[in-house]
Amino acid sequence: MLAKLFKFYGGVKPPSNKTLSNQQPIRPAPLPSRLVVPLHQHIGGTPRPLVQAGDPVLKGQKIGEADGWISAAVHAPTSGTVVEVAMHVRPHVSGLESLCVVIEPDGKDEWITHGPADRAAMSPADICQFLQEHGIVGLGGAGFPTHGKLKATPGVPMAELIINAAECEPYITCDDLLMRERADDVVRGIAVFRDMLQPTQVIIGVEDNKPEAIAAMKKAVEAQGETFAVVPVPTLYPAGGAKQLIRVLTGKEVPGAMRSTADMGVQVFNVGTAYAAWRAIGHGEPLISRIVTLTGNVRGAGNVEALIGTPMDELLKLAEPNPDTDGIIMGGPMMGFLVPNEHAPIVKTSNCLIAHSERLFPPKAPEMPCIRCGACARACPHELQPFELYWHARAKDFGKTQQYHIFDCIECGCCAYVCPSRIPLVQYFRFAKSEIWAREKEKKAADEAKQRFEFKQFREEREKAEKAEKLAKAAAAQAAKKAAEAAAASEAPATEQPAEAAADPAEAAKKAAIAAAMARAKAQREAAQPKNTDELTPEQARKMAEIEARRQQAGIVPEPADAQPATTETKPE
Amino acid sequence: MMFAPAPYLLKDASVSLVMTQVCLALIPGIAAYAWLVGPAILVQLVIASVTAIAAEAAMLKLRGKPLAMFLSDGSAIVTAWLIALTFPPLAPWWLVVTGTLFAIVIAKHLYGGLGQNPFNPAMVAFAACIVSFPALMSQWPSVGLQMPFLDQLNVILGLAPRVDALSGATPLDAMKTALKLAEGQVDIAHLLANQDIYGNFAGRGWEWVAIGYLLGGLWLWQRKLITWHAPLAFIGGMVLISGALWLYQPASFANPLFHLLSGGTLLGAFFIITDPVSGCTTPRGKLIFGFCAGLLAYIIRVFGGFPDGVAFAVLLMNLSAPLIDQLTQPRIFGMKGKQS
Repeated sequence: MLAKLFKFYGGVKPPSNKTLSNQQPIRPAPLPSRLVVPLHQHIGGTPRPLVQAGDPVLKGQKIGEADGWISAAVHAPTSGTVVEVAMHVRPHVSGLESLCVVIEPDGKDEWITHGPADRAAMSPADICQFLQEHGIVGLGGAGFPTHGKLKATPGVPMAELIINAAECEPYITCDDLLMRERADDVVRGIAVFRDMLQPTQVIIGVEDNKPEAIAAMKKAVEAQGETFAVVPVPTLYPAGGAKQLIRVLTGKEVPGAMRSTADMGVQVFNVGTAYAAWRAIGHGEPLISRIVTLTGNVRGAGNVEALIGTPMDELLKLAEPNPDTDGIIMGGPMMGFLVPNEHAPIVKTSNCLIAHSERLFPPKAPEMPCIRCGACARACPHELQPFELYWHARAKDFGKTQQYHIFDCIECGCCAYVCPSRIPLVQYFRFAKSEIWAREKEKKAADEAKQRFEFKQFREEREKAEKAEKLAKAAAAQAAKKAAEAAAASEAPATEQPAEAAADPAEAAKKAAIAAAMARAKAQREAAQPKNTDELTPEQARKMAEIEARRQQAGIVPEPADAQPATTETKPE
Repeated sequence: MMFAPAPYLLKDASVSLVMTQVCLALIPGIAAYAWLVGPAILVQLVIASVTAIAAEAAMLKLRGKPLAMFLSDGSAIVTAWLIALTFPPLAPWWLVVTGTLFAIVIAKHLYGGLGQNPFNPAMVAFAACIVSFPALMSQWPSVGLQMPFLDQLNVILGLAPRVDALSGATPLDAMKTALKLAEGQVDIAHLLANQDIYGNFAGRGWEWVAIGYLLGGLWLWQRKLITWHAPLAFIGGMVLISGALWLYQPASFANPLFHLLSGGTLLGAFFIITDPVSGCTTPRGKLIFGFCAGLLAYIIRVFGGFPDGVAFAVLLMNLSAPLIDQLTQPRIFGMKGKQS
């Protein structure tokens, strides 16, 4: 057992409202009429679709192939028919669309053949690939592909494996119920992570407002003869932030700039991720469903096991929202967002849907000027000075916001929660961050353009010099000829013919130089500009292929770019 | 679809709630004050409040700002009360009005209104008036003055003559004058023991007003509206310098307790240097701000020409606050022990 817990600075204690939804067991959600499964559900590359409209699919069949290492496969949540592979609104604050596979269930819920992994015969790399193939991503927040975190940083011994079961956001109880009901599978999943990472210590951090979950986990750990420590941590938002939980359990502070906590010998997984990993390893089930808390302005709050791709409005109906419900918050009330389109599907990271009403979440009072009271600074778990950040973000002095560490802000909302002037601080910080990102992108593009321009100038100068040299040579030759002709004065008037013949090679050289320059420019353009062919819908891809084929037939583009004739190849100086 | 960013849950907090609590915290001090000099102080509080609200409304209107939202924030009332509590209780009404107008119009709104003023408005008012009307600002009611309410009202409204007998110096001022006049012939212990103006620890009666402010201040701290840094550092600065000089020459320098319970020390410590707008905001900044203000207040009140030094000390430190804040930015999470 751990002797000592540490404290993190700041934090707030909003009313938890968890008892609304944690009094009933997890219910299975009925099959929806339609499933809209976004291919992009996690951080990293967008999986490529493997099915087309009209294809029959079985439950658990892979429908999206992981694109690169930081990506994970996507599977059909039930059996049925693919209606279309098309752009649909995604559950994101932007309300933008992304490529989705739409499946009409056949009601049979028929599985593909599946079974447990033969772990004894699998290397760690095999297990990583297995998890990736089964679509396992972090279920706590950003949805980072799990296999990408199952490796220690070289040279840094893995000291602590932390299972994040704090669930600090108000209203959300999906992890609570998962631990109460399915602790055994959770512990088995943790054991898989343990075997992969070989940490000195495994700590399961649970906020102390979940005594039933803590008891269930302790029992499961004991029953399986494991040595994992189940540690109640004080209920203080945001104790479930990865860096806050690491701080509380180990005393280590992970700097904002550090890319991976593994660099400090710590790795953190959400408790739901451990469960999903075990469903994959122990049962061969890919990640096609998750537990979602339905709560807020509803009569029948609770947790449901819902298929990924279930439309939110359809799912929320199970909890009987009150008639004055005017929106759906995905996630918690501190860091979630009002979904711009309620038909958006739930994805692997959708832990909670809250029916929003003005009665439950009264509209904010108008924004007042900042009185520098410092309440935000005392609440900030990253020990930032939000009022200073606000001041500079408002003035669009983004350099100063970076000086005040804007990128260390985790957008937990503690500052806005306590602000007496009701300033939407997090909004200001998101604005500043996105502006800085946009500017950096712009700057990069400008730098590249500058390089291109400078090279073009250099090239033009060089060509001019070359041309002048050639012209001078030709002129000299012509002068010599004229002199010869003048010498033969009695002969017939000189024709331009020989002179032209002499100019011809110069002309040819000029043409070749132009052709070479054009080829170089083209190659540079292609290298510098990202192709707008990254996120294609299948129709677009098909159309492009057709056009390409027609062009090739017409002889416009003889071959793909990489097989172009060597004559246009140019060599750098 | 409405657009509202997270967080959707908000703590029950507002500027007016903050200001209301500050006013509540002043009540014990005001009660002791009223017990000491009678209802005159309540009249001054009313005069200052009405002037402040009127000036605030006029300025908001001129600046085209929403009236209801800003009038109800309560910040003008806090300024008004601090002015009433730092001006002499029998000061003529127009002096309080002038001070309040100066605070609200010039020190607050000309700089941009709520949250924008670099100087504490109440202290600006005090400084402006003590420089412009030094005599009136130095006339305090004599000890044990028992005056019916109507007479007090008449004096404030200028309907009765300002008889010399009514007024005296503050205990701080009286001591400074006595020491100066006696040119080292009198020691402080003697003064404290024999003059009627002094009570158990400091000025008779005033010490209890100071204790009232202390109670209110502790309540603010307990409510987490202020942190301990600035008040403790201010008191620390005051005790350190007064203690050192008192140990060095107890006959000519009063003890630290006398200074703590005299003049505006405790009102300043908990209600003035804790003003977040014009003060420092970082923990280390608040310590520096408070400590230096404590030192300066002592130096000005003991060696300077004015009856008290808190106002000038605070204004001087207000000037330095932005710089101090910049130099005392705390290390952030994960950056401790490293150069940021």
